[in-house]
Amino acid sequence: MSMAERSMGLSLRALGRLAGSDVVDRLGVRKPAERILYRATRDGFKAASAAGRTFKAINGNGKPKRLSATQSTGLFDLNPTEEQQMLQESFKAFGQEQLRPAALRADSDAQAPAELLAAGAELGLTMLGVPDELGGAVSERSSVTAVLAAEALAQGDMGLAVALLAPAGVASALALWGDGDQQATYLPAFVEEETPAPAALALQEPRALFDPLALQTTARRERDDFVLDGVKSLVPLAERAELLLVAARLEGHGPVLFLVETQARGVLVKAAPGMGVRAAATGDVLLEGVRLPGSALLADGDPVVYAEAVRRARLAWCALACGTARAVLDYVIPHVNERVAFGEPISNRQSVAFTVSDIAVELEGMRLATLRAAARIDAGKAAAREVAIARTLCSEKGAWIGSNGVQLLGGHGYVKEHPVERWYRDLRAVGVCEGALLV
Amino acid sequence: MINLEIPKKFVPLVGQAHQVAEEVFRPISRKYDAEEHAYPKELDMLAALIDGMNDGSDLGGAGAAGVRRTDGDGTDGVRNGSNMSTVLGIIELCWGDVGLLLSMPRQGLGNSAIASVANDEQLERFRGKWAAMAITEPEAGSDSAAIRTTAVYDEATGEYVLNGEKIYVTSGERADLVVVWATLDRSLGRAAIKSFVVERSNPGLKLDRLEHKLGIRASDTAAFILDDCRVPRENLLGSPEVDVRRGFAGVMQTFDNTRPLVAGMAVGLTRACLEETQRLLGEAGVEVDYDRPASTQPAAAAEYLAMEADFEAARLLTLEAAWMADNSKPNSLQASMAKAKAGRTCVDVALRCVRLCGSLGFGQELLLEKWARDAKILDLFEGTQQIQLLIIARQLLGKTSAELK
Repeated sequence: MSMAERSMGLSLRALGRLAGSDVVDRLGVRKPAERILYRATRDGFKAASAAGRTFKAINGNGKPKRLSATQSTGLFDLNPTEEQQMLQESFKAFGQEQLRPAALRADSDAQAPAELLAAGAELGLTMLGVPDELGGAVSERSSVTAVLAAEALAQGDMGLAVALLAPAGVASALALWGDGDQQATYLPAFVEEETPAPAALALQEPRALFDPLALQTTARRERDDFVLDGVKSLVPLAERAELLLVAARLEGHGPVLFLVETQARGVLVKAAPGMGVRAAATGDVLLEGVRLPGSALLADGDPVVYAEAVRRARLAWCALACGTARAVLDYVIPHVNERVAFGEPISNRQSVAFTVSDIAVELEGMRLATLRAAARIDAGKAAAREVAIARTLCSEKGAWIGSNGVQLLGGHGYVKEHPVERWYRDLRAVGVCEGALLV
Repeated sequence: MINLEIPKKFVPLVGQAHQVAEEVFRPISRKYDAEEHAYPKELDMLAALIDGMNDGSDLGGAGAAGVRRTDGDGTDGVRNGSNMSTVLGIIELCWGDVGLLLSMPRQGLGNSAIASVANDEQLERFRGKWAAMAITEPEAGSDSAAIRTTAVYDEATGEYVLNGEKIYVTSGERADLVVVWATLDRSLGRAAIKSFVVERSNPGLKLDRLEHKLGIRASDTAAFILDDCRVPRENLLGSPEVDVRRGFAGVMQTFDNTRPLVAGMAVGLTRACLEETQRLLGEAGVEVDYDRPASTQPAAAAEYLAMEADFEAARLLTLEAAWMADNSKPNSLQASMAKAKAGRTCVDVALRCVRLCGSLGFGQELLLEKWARDAKILDLFEGTQQIQLLIIARQLLGKTSAELK
């Protein structure tokens, strides 16, 4: 059986693309840095949406391409497939070697460095949720793969991971729910070009108790068009995004998703960094009477699709939380072992040691709940409950882990010399953020 | 391929165990909680049924069929084996009643120890007997290496002579055998601790009393005095040699396999509390909406979701630990994580459910208050919460028990 035919159905094309950067490094060990430098000088960086591409409507000749549900072996199994393991390892290495060193600066700039986004593009992230017939890398649904990718990257840095993965979320949404024309029009910008189009899922709105099922952004029909009004917040890459998947309440119908090209008249963006995930360059998006063609509506406004998009976005944040919480655990262990107080390592004290134990216990629970929800989505099973559970755990325990990461370092944890204060801020995003990206 | 659903092949077993819990345990739950120390005779027939199933079935009852590890079965694929099936069965049975599960004839912890470490001759000789486990002493609880019960070999008769006091022996009165931990030489510490199978009828094994407990009152908890209790040498489990290098590993190894089972008990009880609370909240007009943010729902719904989340974490950790055992992966860390999470979750959830359900939760008409009392033992026995956290921390931090006390 060929590798491409195996369970997750990741094609050799994706691995080949990866081999160009990281997989080979893991096996043969070659630093990807030189290659990234090479790419960075060659590519140049697309600075703002003003310089962005225009999307030319293309007739997709009928039917959209879809990913099939995974075929379960019927066994309880925690082993990723071989392909997933390879991806996981390469993303983890990328996170450690590329994202972590850039994280402090990116956090303070509230901007992801262009060369990192280019390097990330080389990993083929936007292909992970797209069928191979459409230039992607998979033949089966791959939420689990996306979860493992997000986790691995967020172990390097959550903010940069969000910047890298937001376009992948839009690509996955197109693969999952776009019609033939939408796929033909937009997917090439994610899977064929050197740097995928900056894009994100704009769901969140700026108010307390925000509920994605009760949106204030509205869409009304005007003959064949739709007209959108409202405000979206915490949108990754907001200032430079070229394509947004915008959630709005369609009058007389309910919440739906629209493909919005940011070149459209009435789309205004503003940088609006938050306390954390600042490297994702979050911003507000104002929609003032934005007129969209009828073809901009995703999945005919199917409420089932909308609910699934909300869940998949929540799951993406869960995966990010697992990665960052893992970073906390890995960071505090050597610290408490090396830090001496009252004549011995502070880890000799139960109050310190037990906090480390509890971080490990809660993290493992978060992780398993997240993987279960993702695997259910891939298998086409109901997952509302499982996603809600994963989100509850990752939101509450994640923030708790972030807090204790700082606590275990004491005053040192409060200063930027150590990354734990950033993780404290980033982990609070989970439970706050809706949308932005999806798995 | 990652999949965290109950294995397809064990679904019938889960269904059977659930039926037992529902049809046999639940109807007599309150009765034996009220009549502490009364023998739950209803279980005799059930035990016979399970004995039958153990021959060629995965329904392992309370895990007494043993959780031996098989080293490689010739296939390189992933395995879902007896650790998984046993833990799944236990979850269902403890959804019914933890105390009654612990009272299942021939399903004692002693049976588990025998099944896990006995040699073939002993396995044959003790087959079909009910074996309790005697480890704890008045001065040695979590610190089981500190036990004082002594075993002295009498060359003249080929017997070990046991002296000491044992407490918290589950099913101690009802069992046919008691597996007793004793030390061959206190000065050699853990390595000298051995386990001995003692016939309940042995005149040197004297029942001192039965405890009156907070919960799991269907299960009898005995205290014994060992007074020159003579045990034939062939009743020693494992090697008679004192191997200082190997130390405690032998006896403690059993616990890596049994901790997930006890975690499973906690998971089953937690689910019972949640399901009953969900029903009562429903009657009060509160339903959880999984797609809406918890903050926009009634406080009771939000609290329920938080409890359900902890429950699911505990459940998945438990299944993970069992899965690792089935696949010959070292799981000491995961076993303790499962036990720690499941133990504290079941107490927390049970007490919160009582509060949410008000007088219905607190009263004795329903079972919620009983489950809240039963729950506490699950964060105590088979290693308290604190012991689990110690085991986890020592592994993560690379500490010895001398460094991290």
